[in-house]
Amino acid sequence: MKTDSQIRPGAPTMSYEMRVESEPQATVSEAEALSEGVVVRDLNAWYGSFQALREVSLLVAPRRITAIIGPSGCGKSTLIRCFNRMHEVTPRARVSGQVLLRGEDVYAPGTDSVLVRQRVGMVFQKPNPFPTMSIFDNVAAGLRLNGFLVRRSQVAEAVERSLRQAALWEEVKDKPNRPATELSGGQQQRLCIARALAVEPEVILMDEPCSALDPVATLKIEDLMRELAREYTIVIVTHNMQQAARVSDHTAVMMMAEDRAGEMIEFGPTREVFTYPKDKRTEDYITGRFG
Amino acid sequence: MSGFAYRRRKTVSTVVLGLCASSAFVAVGVLALILGFVLVNGINSLNLDFFTHMPTPLGEPGGGVANSIVGSLLIVGLAALVGIPAGVGAGVFLSEYAGPRLGNVIRFTADVLTGVPSIVVGVFVYSMVVLKMGHFSALAAGIALAIIMLPIMARSSEEMLKLVPRSQREAALALGITRWRTILSVIIPAARRGLVTGGLLAVARAGGETAPLMFTALGNRFFSLSITGGPMDALPLRIWRYGIGPYSEWHQQAWAASFVLVMMVFAISLTARLVLTRR
Amino acid sequence: MPRTALERQLAEIQEDMLVLASMVESAIERGIQALRNRDRELAHQIIADDLKINRKRYETEEKCLELMATQQPLASDLRTIVAVLYIIVDLERMGDHAEGIAKIALMLADEPPLKPYIDIPRMAQVAIGMLMGSLEAFKARDADRARSICDADDEVDALYDQVDRELLTFMLQDPRTIQRATYLIWVAHNLERIADRATNICERVVYLVEGKTEELNVSKY
Repeated sequence: MKTDSQIRPGAPTMSYEMRVESEPQATVSEAEALSEGVVVRDLNAWYGSFQALREVSLLVAPRRITAIIGPSGCGKSTLIRCFNRMHEVTPRARVSGQVLLRGEDVYAPGTDSVLVRQRVGMVFQKPNPFPTMSIFDNVAAGLRLNGFLVRRSQVAEAVERSLRQAALWEEVKDKPNRPATELSGGQQQRLCIARALAVEPEVILMDEPCSALDPVATLKIEDLMRELAREYTIVIVTHNMQQAARVSDHTAVMMMAEDRAGEMIEFGPTREVFTYPKDKRTEDYITGRFG
Repeated sequence: MSGFAYRRRKTVSTVVLGLCASSAFVAVGVLALILGFVLVNGINSLNLDFFTHMPTPLGEPGGGVANSIVGSLLIVGLAALVGIPAGVGAGVFLSEYAGPRLGNVIRFTADVLTGVPSIVVGVFVYSMVVLKMGHFSALAAGIALAIIMLPIMARSSEEMLKLVPRSQREAALALGITRWRTILSVIIPAARRGLVTGGLLAVARAGGETAPLMFTALGNRFFSLSITGGPMDALPLRIWRYGIGPYSEWHQQAWAASFVLVMMVFAISLTARLVLTRR
Repeated sequence: MPRTALERQLAEIQEDMLVLASMVESAIERGIQALRNRDRELAHQIIADDLKINRKRYETEEKCLELMATQQPLASDLRTIVAVLYIIVDLERMGDHAEGIAKIALMLADEPPLKPYIDIPRMAQVAIGMLMGSLEAFKARDADRARSICDADDEVDALYDQVDRELLTFMLQDPRTIQRATYLIWVAHNLERIADRATNICERVVYLVEGKTEELNVSKY
């Protein structure tokens, strides 16, 4: 690009190529996703006879935030519920295909779904702390009820660590035995995050974690996500595109086909998906021209 | 807006309101009448002796219904020991595990069981337990009352457990907590208020049953704490015995015992209501 | 109808940009005319009009910012707004160069022309062609057309060399012509800068259409 600072005509000029540099959030390498992240291959999911997902494939990079966006009903929640085998909790729900967690298929015959869920944590749309338990007991629930830790001192240590990771420790350290329901919405959601962290998962799934929260609480949780992404692999489902753009490294776009089955139409670095998407449907959806 | 149509509507509305109100009055009034009757007639015999002494030999004045009260408590306690856990268990199965068809079958069965006349339950237990054992007993009575409590408890437990939002179960499962542990440590505690209420109401219902007791406990003029040793007395039985007897003191004591029984049931129901609304 | 406000506002800023472009085109044309005809009044007019050009640019810039803040545009909408923002900068600078030509025309108005003006008007013609062509490419979202317009920059550069050499000869032959010749070289320089700015606009069009930033018109030096 030539500007006014160009020297007098006749003097030698530099010619240079200026290309977009490859960002830290470059395309996901399959090898990386296989060894340390999550790989989804040809995943189909049904509720009874209704097909909710069709041939979905996806690479989730380790220690990054991957966002899944798409219009309502396109199967985003169904997709992540297949990651931790929560999909099958619904009666008459079934799945085909593979979800490889660090290379191991969570749907391989003989795999214990309970163990899978201890490796893949989940935070839900509406904060759902256990109402009969105190703040402390909530965070400790995963540890105690799984029989991981029993000694009071160990549990207390783990609870503090998790609350610190969830950026909630300072706010509750003086009242850990108060009922969890006394906290505000944003605090409750961070409590749920702490509860999920206490079990030390490898992957954290978040299903529209901020949709029930006010904007300030939302931003706090987004900051928290970025912090957590240093250690954990995070997958977030959101219908808020600006949030997906702000927070994620990679974005997967899903669409509902004519038969209402969900399909993955585009996947790539967030920067690319939001400035120069490859699929026209993505462009239409992102710019709001879609229906 | 035609004036005639409006006035007619108003009239109809007022008439219906009046009918509803009087029905309500009747319902409440009958209850008040019963309580009043019982109180007025029985108040004379209510004294400390009434609660602490045994029935006196035929014809002698005084005495109390201590053994009946103890017996009622024992029998109902026994029934609760068996009926409540079993009922909650059935409720858990219905709410958490049963598929739609199996669930419907069980629910239907429970509803039918609730409708079985209590005397029939008494006869059943008579032939199954009393005849086998060779004598009447508190155990048999407890079993009979448990059978009566079971379906009530099962249905109310199921409803209370279903009230616990699905998000709780999902939250627990997503942590990698097993199903049964989730039910035990998350769902049941969350539903505990409703479950307690259900239990109290089932107990109140069973405590007042008379017909089954006639076939299983029979009644006993003497004090007994033996569960399997022989006939046991209970308040309803005592009321019956005294009520149809010839002596006016007996009648009075029957009224007093009725009052005590009603008060006990009332107290349990009140507790149940307080538990549900307060905590 | 989704996003009617956004569509309307997007159309508006692009319209504003095109208006700005025609204002600049007019300024260049009239500048050469003022030079040829030694028209003082026209030159003053052009200099005064440059204020309007500046104001138009800032108005359009404001609208772009407002659009970004209120509509959170993404993908092609975002690229469009960014392209417009950069293009109006180039357009405004072109306006400054046109104003520069007008100022020189003022300075040369009292003197007889050094020689018949042939190459300079030719340069202006090509430059204006590039300017309008780049905006046509923008309207049509045609990246290839944008690329081909940049080829014309070589012609402008060649003409500039020619003017430079010719005027240098004049200056060497007759020192009394130095002042006028220098002024004319500056006119040519301004026109050459205008053409360069037009290639910038073409680069923006390519970015808008293909999402890539590419250096067009790599110099032969």
